[in-house]
Amino acid sequence: MVNIMVRLENIKKVFNKNTVNEKIAIDGINLDIPAGQFVTVIGSNGAGKTTLLNLIAGTDSPDGGDIYLDGECVTHLPEHHRSRYYGRIFQNPLMGTAASMSIEENLAMADLRGKPRGLKWGVNKSRRGFYRESLKLLDLGLENRMKQNVSLLSGGQRQSLTLLMATLSVPKLLLLDEHTAALDPKTAQKVMQLTDQLVKEYRLTTIMVTHNMQQAIQYGDRMIMLHEGKICHDVQGEEKQALTVAEVIDRFGATLTDEALLCQAPTTGGAGC
Amino acid sequence: MLDGLLRTLPISLEQGFAYGIVALGIVISFRILAFPDLTVDGSFALGGAVVARLIMEGVPPVYGIFLATAAGFLAGCCTGLLNTRLKINSLLAGILMMTILYSVNLRIMGRSNIQLLTVDTFITPLENLDINRFVPIIAFFAVVAFGIKILTDLFFKTQLGFAMRATGDNEQMIRTLGVNTDSMTVLGLGMSNAFVALSGAMVAQDQGFADIGMGIGMIVAGLASIIIGETLIGKQTVAQKTLAALAGSVVYKWIIAVGLRLGLAPTDLKLATGVMVILALGIPALKKEKEEKLHLRGV
Repeated sequence: MVNIMVRLENIKKVFNKNTVNEKIAIDGINLDIPAGQFVTVIGSNGAGKTTLLNLIAGTDSPDGGDIYLDGECVTHLPEHHRSRYYGRIFQNPLMGTAASMSIEENLAMADLRGKPRGLKWGVNKSRRGFYRESLKLLDLGLENRMKQNVSLLSGGQRQSLTLLMATLSVPKLLLLDEHTAALDPKTAQKVMQLTDQLVKEYRLTTIMVTHNMQQAIQYGDRMIMLHEGKICHDVQGEEKQALTVAEVIDRFGATLTDEALLCQAPTTGGAGC
Repeated sequence: MLDGLLRTLPISLEQGFAYGIVALGIVISFRILAFPDLTVDGSFALGGAVVARLIMEGVPPVYGIFLATAAGFLAGCCTGLLNTRLKINSLLAGILMMTILYSVNLRIMGRSNIQLLTVDTFITPLENLDINRFVPIIAFFAVVAFGIKILTDLFFKTQLGFAMRATGDNEQMIRTLGVNTDSMTVLGLGMSNAFVALSGAMVAQDQGFADIGMGIGMIVAGLASIIIGETLIGKQTVAQKTLAALAGSVVYKWIIAVGLRLGLAPTDLKLATGVMVILALGIPALKKEKEEKLHLRGV
């Protein structure tokens, strides 16, 4: 009996209901994600990718349907209670860390995810060694700068730190919201490899929203494509491994209105940019 | 001339430390929580009003001070709740509470001021000692101010303190880590205004009266103190911020005292305050611009 980590039952989300700007962001999605599965989510702008992540995380509440995390119904659970289930990384490298605080202070805060906070010292001395070892994994030299303010780090370094913070207390679910999109190609690749490494090591159930089709195909066990608030395609296992970017465009091109997605095609005869 | 300047030191120290506690409170709201809390004008007078009324009713001053501090805490919590529960804009929430407190303070006092010169206050035993009144009083205020500073510094090194700092720095991030940022805001504003009311309670006894208008301009004076202090000491760590608040408060009061001695009219005090803040912010900004221009030229 496979443990279903994330279950979405007929989820609906509408913005600006009954106004001129009404937008049906999510139009009845049903989704089961088994524990340990790495799912990539792609789709054009406005297809509902970030909204989907927001609904799972609790940043937004659904207008219909139910959400279950690890068997528990969390549909109406507020974000700060729900967050003990997951680690989340945003696109903006500045959003995942507190700039005015040091690297070790940020790690210490992440260490307590979902746990009550009291008047014990913020940085537990006995955990410093663990933080240092974890920072070494990033291979950025941050373990030698633990007391420095995060504001001194580059975007890529901050995003790597955010990644470490998200996985520090091995969450049940990892939510990645285009987390390499704002980084330069080299750093993006490094962060993506690190992501893959951590996901495999901790066997994390992961949902990665991405604009980068190459990424969506290369990483993960399963790929979902959203279009106008619905899941239009869902491939996994061998079928996914065998996919190439050209094939994806060929098969699903009709639903891809996004120039950015089409521009991922390899230079051998893909749609020109 | 020097003699005259030195004569202004004692009063500057006394007032600097007493009002410095207000600056410490403002550090928590403005600097750490990034919440522009204008309740301060109201909660300072609240502290004075509560303690004055209680002393008049025969309550021992020490208990009066505790209750005044608690009242300030409640006022700050109300501002926080207005913002977090009713989604009222932070600036407006503070202004509303400040306005409401005006009427509340009048009710508490029963009139627009209460004199405390003829009754026993916490100052009385200090003044009855066999030395110049300044020594024990400055010592008292300094000990209280630094005591609060140290407790504040220690608090912001705890898990809860980290959570509050992160609430002001990156609310979304600390929410995803499971912290109830609404509670952090309410608690922080409560603490902030508790400090302010404590100061008001002590100042009322020191100056011999509590007055409905005693809080007017407190937020500006407090911010001026903080800005002057930060220019002198810096604002990297929490400990630096709190030290800057106290040091800045003493320097601010000293500049005012010197100004008055040199003939500045009391009515010009607010102008003087404004000019000081402009200089404290403007000079470093111009210096930086000049340095950058020189740097670009390869100097």
